Amino acid sequence: MSTVAFAPVGRRLRALARAELTLLGRNRGTVVTALLVPLSVPFSVRPAVEQMDLKGAGLSVGSVMLTAAIGFSFLFSVYTALVSAFVARREELVLKRLRTGELGDVEILTGTALASVCVGLAQSVVLAAGFVLFLDAGAPRAPYLTVLGVLSGLVLCAALAALTASVTRTVESAQVTALPLVFVSMMGSGIAIPAGVLPDRLASVCEFLPLSPAVRLVSGGWSGQLSAYEVLGAVATSLAWIVLAVFAVRRWFRWEPRR
Amino acid sequence: MDNEHEHVIEVTDLRRVYGGGFEAVRGISFSVGRGEIFALLGTNGAGKTSTVELLEGLTRPAAGRVRVLGHDPYEERAAVRPRVGVMLQEGGFPSELTVAETARMWAGCVSGARPEAEALALVGLQKRADVRVKQLSGGERRRLDLALALLGEPEVLFLDEPTTGLDAEGRRDTWELVRALREGGTTVLLTTHYLEEAESLADRIAILHEGRVAATGTPSEVTAAQPSRISFRLPDGYFLGDLPPLGELGVCGHEVDGRVVRLRTRELQRAATGLLVWAERARVELRGLDVRSASLEEAFLGIAREQEVAA
Repeated sequence: MSTVAFAPVGRRLRALARAELTLLGRNRGTVVTALLVPLSVPFSVRPAVEQMDLKGAGLSVGSVMLTAAIGFSFLFSVYTALVSAFVARREELVLKRLRTGELGDVEILTGTALASVCVGLAQSVVLAAGFVLFLDAGAPRAPYLTVLGVLSGLVLCAALAALTASVTRTVESAQVTALPLVFVSMMGSGIAIPAGVLPDRLASVCEFLPLSPAVRLVSGGWSGQLSAYEVLGAVATSLAWIVLAVFAVRRWFRWEPRR
Repeated sequence: MDNEHEHVIEVTDLRRVYGGGFEAVRGISFSVGRGEIFALLGTNGAGKTSTVELLEGLTRPAAGRVRVLGHDPYEERAAVRPRVGVMLQEGGFPSELTVAETARMWAGCVSGARPEAEALALVGLQKRADVRVKQLSGGERRRLDLALALLGEPEVLFLDEPTTGLDAEGRRDTWELVRALREGGTTVLLTTHYLEEAESLADRIAILHEGRVAATGTPSEVTAAQPSRISFRLPDGYFLGDLPPLGELGVCGHEVDGRVVRLRTRELQRAATGLLVWAERARVELRGLDVRSASLEEAFLGIAREQEVAA
């Protein structure tokens, strides 16, 4: 069964992702936010970052800005964009229509999320390459940790977007319902403010925010300063959030508009 | 092997209760044989869509049993879905995709899909392939929905109000298409509130009323259970008592509304002949004379009326 079913799953996901990518390209607002925000952030926040006491925290300007840029990509290109996408598909009854077909529920959500997740992945790759080549961020010391951080961050953003969509009634209100996570993550997860410059007690609480471990792995992979114990902690926290979010989505996801 | 060759769809004592406690489907049973067109007929709120969604496996029934091709459509989704095609009552497509892009996406999600262009041609949408869904008329959207339901060459087709929003020509085209599909062996379950549609298209129908099956059978069986009707204006100076005894005419019921008399009978020819012979002898003209055998419409209205009286 599973070997027979595997090929069609890939084909179906491709079909959905391709349609979503087309839709993404047709929504000018989404394109602008998804592409320009993360790419411009490093330049707009550079002056602020340069004034921080990074040396004391053992950080370089380049790697802090790269972490910020990848974090913004998580929040805007993936999370916020996907909340809107899930709500729009639900309100247009696309999700209900897909559920009458051969796809399983997980396939429908994965296929819908895939386009934005791929955009996020591409952004991370472009940003990393750009920073290494032009902004002198230095090569990552432990690239596999950065990769792990990016992947876990993308998966978690997609799952949290589906969850946020469940409590969002319209595409317009998605701008509001997505705000709490965006705000909390920027402040507490080491995106706009590096985790290393937060007061110790606050930092130890913020470590458990949803996107903190992913961001920590991204930046730790660059600096190579994470101990095995810290890596394990970040991976475990990230995994716990993913499991929790996926469970919550399976339990509470809304497939049809409220009538 | 299961008995799918006799009954492609089997519904037994089905119930559906919504979150607020409203019971939309209150214990209905019917079965549909292979190659049959079966219509669920009813007014808005009769429970048609609620029933079809259970057959499509979108949700689990509160009680009762559904079998489609011998399987539970909710629990055994993987076994049923590749063999059925579904058209929901409305929508279901991203408005910013074109017709061709929508068809391509759907084809990618269907096993053994026929070419998209062929499906679009079946419903006459091939020339609209590059138009965005949001620019389609309501009727064109229904046709796109039907095309997608046909992509997988399904054995069983569920059509929820397939012709709502279509003009007369579009409706006839859809009927032709559904008939052609039946010729090819497809089993079709459709809902409609157009009596004409049920009468001309369906092999068998079930009239739903307030979540229950009020009548079922072939359109002519359902109709035959209803009396025929005669109505006319009483000539001036005449009273109901001047007519021949109604019982002798085979009239089983009557009502008088001002000067207008309405008679119900199961022996239309005998009643009409008796009445006309009387008028001829009395040398009076029966103005507004209307003699009609029972139609599905009267059956339908009759059922709605009976239930109201009972309630």
